[in-house]
Amino acid sequence: MSNSIHSFASSEGKRPVAAISNRPLLELRNLSTNYISARGRRVVRAVDDVTLTINAGETLGIVGESGSGKSTLALTILRVLPPAAHIVGGQMMFEGEDLVQKSDAEMRRVRGKRIAMILQDPMASLNPLFTVGDQVAEPIRVHEGASRATAWRRAIGLLKAVRIASPETRVRQHPHEMSGGMRQRIVGAIAMSCEPRLLIADEPTTSLDLTIQAQYLNLLRELQREHGLALIFITHNLGIVAKMCDQLAVMYAGRVVESGPVSRIFNAPAHPYTEALLNSIPRMGDNRERLTAIEGQPPNLASLPPGCAFAPRCPVAFDRCRAEAPPAMDLGAGRTARCWLAVPAAAEAGLQDGAV
Amino acid sequence: MAVMEAVGLTKLFPGRRGFFGGGGGTVRAVDGVSFAIEGGQTLGVVGESGCGKTTTARLVLGLEKPTGGAIRFEGCDLQTLDAAGRRHYRKSVQAVFQDPYASLSPRMRISAIIAEPLVTNESPSAEELSRRVRQLLDLVGLPAHAADLFPHEFSGGQRQRIAIARALSLSPRLVVLDEPVSALDVSIRAQILNLLRDLQAELGLSYLFIAHDLAAVAHMSHTIVVMYLGKIVETGEAQELSRAPKHPYTQALFSAALPSHPDERRDEIILSGEVPSPLNPPSGCRFHPRCPRAMPVCGVEEPTLRDVEGHLVACHLYDMGAGGRGLGET
Amino acid sequence: MSTTTETSLLAAQLPSRFSFVRSRDFPLIPLLILGIIAFVAVFADLLAPHDPQVGSLAARFHPPFWLAGGSTDYLLGTDQLGRDVLSRLIFGARVSMVVGFTAVIFAGVVGTTLGIISGYLGGWVDQVIMRVVDAWLALPALSFAIFLAAIVGPSEMNIVIILGLVFWTRYARIVRGEVLSLKEREFVRLAIVAGCSKWTIMRRHILPNVVNSAIVLASLMLGVVIIAEASLSFLGVGVPPPKPAWGVMLSDGKQGLMVGYWWLTVFPGCCIMLMVLSSNLLGDWLRVKLDPQLRQL
Repeated sequence: MSNSIHSFASSEGKRPVAAISNRPLLELRNLSTNYISARGRRVVRAVDDVTLTINAGETLGIVGESGSGKSTLALTILRVLPPAAHIVGGQMMFEGEDLVQKSDAEMRRVRGKRIAMILQDPMASLNPLFTVGDQVAEPIRVHEGASRATAWRRAIGLLKAVRIASPETRVRQHPHEMSGGMRQRIVGAIAMSCEPRLLIADEPTTSLDLTIQAQYLNLLRELQREHGLALIFITHNLGIVAKMCDQLAVMYAGRVVESGPVSRIFNAPAHPYTEALLNSIPRMGDNRERLTAIEGQPPNLASLPPGCAFAPRCPVAFDRCRAEAPPAMDLGAGRTARCWLAVPAAAEAGLQDGAV
Repeated sequence: MAVMEAVGLTKLFPGRRGFFGGGGGTVRAVDGVSFAIEGGQTLGVVGESGCGKTTTARLVLGLEKPTGGAIRFEGCDLQTLDAAGRRHYRKSVQAVFQDPYASLSPRMRISAIIAEPLVTNESPSAEELSRRVRQLLDLVGLPAHAADLFPHEFSGGQRQRIAIARALSLSPRLVVLDEPVSALDVSIRAQILNLLRDLQAELGLSYLFIAHDLAAVAHMSHTIVVMYLGKIVETGEAQELSRAPKHPYTQALFSAALPSHPDERRDEIILSGEVPSPLNPPSGCRFHPRCPRAMPVCGVEEPTLRDVEGHLVACHLYDMGAGGRGLGET
Repeated sequence: MSTTTETSLLAAQLPSRFSFVRSRDFPLIPLLILGIIAFVAVFADLLAPHDPQVGSLAARFHPPFWLAGGSTDYLLGTDQLGRDVLSRLIFGARVSMVVGFTAVIFAGVVGTTLGIISGYLGGWVDQVIMRVVDAWLALPALSFAIFLAAIVGPSEMNIVIILGLVFWTRYARIVRGEVLSLKEREFVRLAIVAGCSKWTIMRRHILPNVVNSAIVLASLMLGVVIIAEASLSFLGVGVPPPKPAWGVMLSDGKQGLMVGYWWLTVFPGCCIMLMVLSSNLLGDWLRVKLDPQLRQL
């Protein structure tokens, strides 16, 4: 591999070349997932009435703190929830089929084949006892019934695709013989092995060093461009969203409080939480003495306030916020926000032209 | 005057031996590192895993003994201190670590956790003790009744406040902050960073701030030290260094930092390969195998830190007559 | 990350601190059995219908009351010396309880202390203690106990010491392992930074965090120790004869087994089995309940 210095404008880099059909690839409609305790006495709404769409070739960032329900949302889409969690309502339309209605056997054919996932910790995602080749080849053999030899040949190709040097020798190695960055690439290769349509990445770079993270993010973007893949990035890091994503959904206490195109949200956030979050991160090269902190503590999902969950920490909350939870309001231009202060598009007639 | 100075600080670890005892070697975790922390200021240390920043922190805290070089505290070499001097040092240098869940003893009440350094080093009366605990809780913005609770009753941000209160209980002069916010929720980080800055202004504390979030380090620090494989590659005034890094590694590192806005345009330098094993570091400049600007001399001769436009940079590009001048302007 | 916090959120919200009693896996029956045995042991003097050590030779080999020749005077029959089996069982419970618990606690204190010292101090101290443990574990436990018993002679006190000496090594091993991971935790490092001495750290930061594991191990060891005590008594090197230990009863009754006096062995055997089974079930439950790995600390 050679060293390279290349410049690009980040907005150019992100536009996928793949054709965008008019039907979204994945459409979540009023999706809700609850954790229900053994006797059903305690219900925690981890994912609450989430409506989102993602088109082929697009990148959606889902941002939230721990306990915001973002990881549960990812597990819900793949239907790999822990036993206490149940999908209690809504639809997940994926390529025209509702994933909520599918049987477990049908879901097995979707997972790994049409929707794949990358997790945070590459070491935990790989089985230390098997060679890398076996693990990359496994989904190919399971989903396509390929022979071991064919699957291995494909595996070598995939390692090459995730920019691993000398893949012919690497396939025979075990995960512990590789560095963290390389392991995460292998996980990427496994996810790509059956050419999925949608890839969900849950904090894929938190365990990686900065320069390795930059390598990995670029790799994901190249893979996305080559395969017209849709990507869902689950992260707490707004920097990753700024770098990688086209669309953004901000989650707070199980709800999507704001969603829409990334640059619009960054330029003019509609929800006070998004705004506070954007203001609270230190930026390179600005000389503020103090950061604008969000007061209070993250919400406890098990005891949420009656109204808007963010109201106790919100600088602009008023009485209605504490009494009544705001619905998702359509702000036009593909944006929604759950805030009483957001101005719905319907109120601003003329600005709305139905273009998404 | 500098509160603390490290001069040629070196720490070697014996390498892990093979199954039959062969293949030993030494890991040069920290290799000839020098820096100074001024009173009331923050020294930020950045670098990737294996660069030696955590070992440096542990050396400063006295958790490890240096193999070579010296640490001077208030002008005195630690090695030459008598028992009283060492006790004074212990009291003057405290720490806050990354994980607020792991840094508080799970079976102790908050009052006992905060008071422990006091009880160990001084012998205050019970009254004095509870007054100090209340005062410290107030200082970090927690209610007085928090003293009677256990750590698990607090959220991550509140626990980190408790850890800070404990670190401040002995009125230290220097606090080592090892990734103090990276385990916290994004919405809480600004609270803690602000608290740390307020405390610094109020109490005249010095900080040794270690983090992988470059923007946070640049925000908090007066001076930044950039480390790579146990060596300092560049050091300079924080704003200046983050605005115009000189060393190719620093440039790559800062260009790899995530943008704060989607419209932000910048040159990206994608380094190939990964950080080599410190057991067997490359010859010459340790960065040369990954360096986009490497020259033949880099693999042979180790560069020393020299003054380049106000920064200290260890790079052959800035040698006299090497003709690498243009790099500074990228 | 967030999934675990979300699920633990659920766990953290359980209503009261005693709600675990109602949970599905709560070992109610084992606890009841142990409770009954403990009750019987404490009030043996009041409950036993006869003197356990004195019999009348006229009443030898009475069967239990429901068999022909049995009488309600001796509910579970009498032995070869005409002593009441039920009374002996009741007093035997006292021996088992006293010996079992004291030996387990004795072994626990010795083993935990050495384990903490070994794990925390490391270096040559660790080497010495762990090599002793290795050598100790290489000796077959029961033969070792018999050997010790043969030297010091049988008495209840000696049995406790012997069993303690035989079984402390298991605590030492497990506690040491736990200490090794605890001492890398940040709160221990911060205690060093705060200037605490090694002994303070071991006492204040390490010990409270290994107590749970020691308790779990103790409940699992209880069964092992009771069996060992019974075996020693059975072999005649345990509790000295006139005292009614369950193991002694088994031993005394074994000849009778061939000629049909089954009640002499079956009843003490059942008692031993019930007690061991209960303490094992309790130990398994405690392990899930207290294990820091399973229950986020």
